[in-house]
Amino acid sequence: MSILSSSRSAQMSLPQKFGQLNWGLIFLLLLVSCVGFAMLYSAAGGDFQPWAVRQMARFAIGVGILVLVAMVDLRVWMRFAYLIYGVGLLMLIWVDVAGVVGMGAQRWINIGPVSIQPSEVMKVAIVLVLARYFHGLSHEQIGRPHYLIWPLMLVAMPAGLVLVQPDLGTAGMLIMTSGMLFLLAGVRLWKFAVLLAGGGAALPVAWGFLRDYQKQRILTFMNPESDPLGSGYHIMQSKIALGSGGIFGKGFLEGSQAHLNFLPEKQTDFIFTALAEEWGIVGGLTLLALYTLIIVYGYAIALRSRSQFGRLLALGLTSMFFLYVFINVAMVMGLLPVVGVPLPLVSYGGTSMLSLLFSFGLIIGVYVHRDLMVGRNGGHDM
Amino acid sequence: MNRDQDRVKSFTRRALLLGGAQVVLFSALTGRMYYLQVVESEKYKVLSEDNRINLRLLPPPRGRIVDRYGVQLATNKQNYRVIVIAEKTSNVERTLERVGAVVELTDYEKRRIMRDVKRKRSFIPTMVRENLTWEEVSRIEVNAPDLPGVSIEVGQSRHYPYADQTAHLIGYVAAVSEKELTGDPLLELPDFRIGKNGIEKMHDLRLRGRAGRSEMEVNAFGRVIRELDRREGQPGEDIQLTVDMGLQSYAHQRFGEESGAAVVMDVTNGEVLALVSAPSFDPNLFTNGISGENWRGLLNNEKAPLSNKALSGQYPPGSTFKMVVALAALDSGMVTSDHRVFCPGHRDLGNVRFHCWKKGGHGTVDMTQGLMHSCDVYFYDLAQKIGIDRISEMGKRFGLGAQLGIELPGERPGLMPTRDWKRRVLGHGWSLGETLVSGIGQGFILTTPLQLATMTARIASGKAVVPTLTRHAAEMASNNGQLVSAAHAADGPDFPSLGLPQSYLAVARAGMNGVSNVPGGTAYNARIKEKEYALAGKTGSAQVKRITMAERSTGVLKNEQRPWKDRDHALFVAYAPVDNPRYAIGMIVEHGGGGAATAAPIARDIMLECQKRDPVNKAPSSSLAALGPLPMPRETR
Repeated sequence: MSILSSSRSAQMSLPQKFGQLNWGLIFLLLLVSCVGFAMLYSAAGGDFQPWAVRQMARFAIGVGILVLVAMVDLRVWMRFAYLIYGVGLLMLIWVDVAGVVGMGAQRWINIGPVSIQPSEVMKVAIVLVLARYFHGLSHEQIGRPHYLIWPLMLVAMPAGLVLVQPDLGTAGMLIMTSGMLFLLAGVRLWKFAVLLAGGGAALPVAWGFLRDYQKQRILTFMNPESDPLGSGYHIMQSKIALGSGGIFGKGFLEGSQAHLNFLPEKQTDFIFTALAEEWGIVGGLTLLALYTLIIVYGYAIALRSRSQFGRLLALGLTSMFFLYVFINVAMVMGLLPVVGVPLPLVSYGGTSMLSLLFSFGLIIGVYVHRDLMVGRNGGHDM
Repeated sequence: MNRDQDRVKSFTRRALLLGGAQVVLFSALTGRMYYLQVVESEKYKVLSEDNRINLRLLPPPRGRIVDRYGVQLATNKQNYRVIVIAEKTSNVERTLERVGAVVELTDYEKRRIMRDVKRKRSFIPTMVRENLTWEEVSRIEVNAPDLPGVSIEVGQSRHYPYADQTAHLIGYVAAVSEKELTGDPLLELPDFRIGKNGIEKMHDLRLRGRAGRSEMEVNAFGRVIRELDRREGQPGEDIQLTVDMGLQSYAHQRFGEESGAAVVMDVTNGEVLALVSAPSFDPNLFTNGISGENWRGLLNNEKAPLSNKALSGQYPPGSTFKMVVALAALDSGMVTSDHRVFCPGHRDLGNVRFHCWKKGGHGTVDMTQGLMHSCDVYFYDLAQKIGIDRISEMGKRFGLGAQLGIELPGERPGLMPTRDWKRRVLGHGWSLGETLVSGIGQGFILTTPLQLATMTARIASGKAVVPTLTRHAAEMASNNGQLVSAAHAADGPDFPSLGLPQSYLAVARAGMNGVSNVPGGTAYNARIKEKEYALAGKTGSAQVKRITMAERSTGVLKNEQRPWKDRDHALFVAYAPVDNPRYAIGMIVEHGGGGAATAAPIARDIMLECQKRDPVNKAPSSSLAALGPLPMPRETR
């Protein structure tokens, strides 16, 4: 590692950093978002109102945030990792308490005109905090079990808080994203095997803690045809929409399942179905290919980074992005239970769009600071 | 640095591992997509169309029923109803209040409407009130700006302009019951009506027509987006009856308060010109569901207005049966028309005495006189000579004791008893006394008024005339859609001969002529005085309650002194004109006392009216296709 190169990136001026932004990746994000705009336009029956216009505005704001986040020194994010995590945790506790005091499940905090979903904050925070923690451990240290106690607690606290909201989908996302970070950090594979076995054994116990509607969702997933007008309705209608789309689809704005409202939540969770109904398998695979390209970018950025923090951060967030796509698409195709995970960048939704572009800001930040040497605690002591 | 290299190596390996797993998972998605969108695509395309397209049945207009001149007896009336669509008004309750100010709405109705509104999706119309008058329709139209979401809808409902005069003939329609569902979706429509009685029932399929269908694109909530395809159905066929409504109407009114039935038919071709069962009921009550009060009223009426007595009422024919006995005797070859019997007023069989209706007896009578005076002893004698089986056989030749197959529901067979029948059904042998009472149309013998009319038509024509009620579409088609003209119909069906020599029939006819046109005949007082219209008839009375020995010793009560239910049935059969018979009538007045007193005058008036109208010789003026607008029912005369 040449001192020159590391000091060069450390000393980069803001215009230099701006020039270093990964415009290819940003273009891909724009492309995927445009697919989203088109589908929202279609879902509204050929109208930019009410969804497409607002989604575009959010995208514009989100790209601004992305650029800002990317240009902030990576070490700053590392230094603030625990702070962000702590704020996220407090907000989660707040919504849980408010939920108990108020009426039923509460997932939002309203600050003036902005409403923040703490679980979205936590998804990014957990990656930041774990990346920071594992950055500070040597390969040997990671091999020792007691070094895993703290990061497991870091995961367990927010996951538990989200679970009692109850938001099974987000809790699952948190745990799976963290699992991938543990894997990437080099935790020994046999420990995962033990964990999986233990988790499998705990399933029956976990079943008892689920709410009735959650149990119903899982049962329906197992056999959607058993209750075609009840809980299975969404999955059935989604499969009908997908299947009837065929190879080339019914044509833009011609998706009868979506336009006649047989398809539930066609602008949010089931937007992939609407796309595949109108554009067929060709459209569906094209979107999947775009997502794949974005993920490949993520991998390339992670592997190119010289710091463990950057590597873990970039690949952790990329993997979370992958999880979003996989869970959503698998869900609408009837491969997973309906858990309420949006299709990233395409589904209508402000928080999700902003938090995703924030994440990509971090990933691109890793790219911009790819040669930066990062010390154990975020310093420049290497 | 070394430490970091380990980490880098490990990270790269793990990243590849993770990437590999992600490739596998995305491949799974691709595979699933291929399975759903390529392999199973056809199946889902069908399901998607099923989702999208809602078939709606277009009920066909029900065929009309007209009389032989095209007078409409059953039509479809425009039924105006007010509907309210909840989503088009901000406050349904307030709108209903305003509707209530224009047309009358009870609190009960308002509650019913509010309940319906809450139950249905907001774009589905709710019926507020139906059967609006024109005035109410226009009042709502005028106030339309103040009545958001309220509109007028036109449906069709069945209407019978002649109401009770045609009830037993036409029957009525009513909502389909669970048992009548055949899987035909048309029957499951909420306002669909099905023939429940009369011609409406017997020819229901022809009248019904075939439903059209409209393919509607609907959304997930069932809201219609647009019509994709429409196939018009086929309207129901119009059905023409042989009945002359003018005569039917007259006959119905002639019954007045009496309970009974009359059938008038053409003796040459069996066309029924009038078929009356009194009292009757208003079939219009059934179209929209009869109220419980009305229904109980009809059920509890002792004169049984719901029963069609013309073909489901079974009565002993009494003396109207005597022509059959006389013909059976002649046909047996055991007696001739010259056969004479002395009537002392009774006949003894062992120690049982059979009375003649005339206390002092008729003296010596021959066959013609026996009929004319309706001498019971004469027919006891004939019956005893020839036996029950010959009598029954002849009765059957004249259309008695079996269904005639008229196109109306509920026809009963009556009964022509034989020795064999009694052994089989009642389990013991026939007795001679039973033969004697059979000779005067009592005992086991049962007939319907329709059978009596047929019997009379057969006596008049000598042919096995069968009654019919409708003219078929096929006949009309062969006649270029024109009504079959009277002349054409007259040389219509060629009935087989009864196989009786004219000389035998002449005896029966002479007897009937004597009854009505010779002084001393039992119905001489009820004769038709105009020679060209004169009828030949036969009176009859059927005992409802047996006269006991005790009553005989204390003096038989006159019919008028007995309670209505215990009085004899009065019967009368006749044909006219005497010389060239064209019309026959069979009728009964329930508990009317003697045939001569009550039945004969009514029958005479009907036969006179019939001949004056002379329906079989009057050519109908209009074709069915060019039926004018609905004629209003005539004023009662």
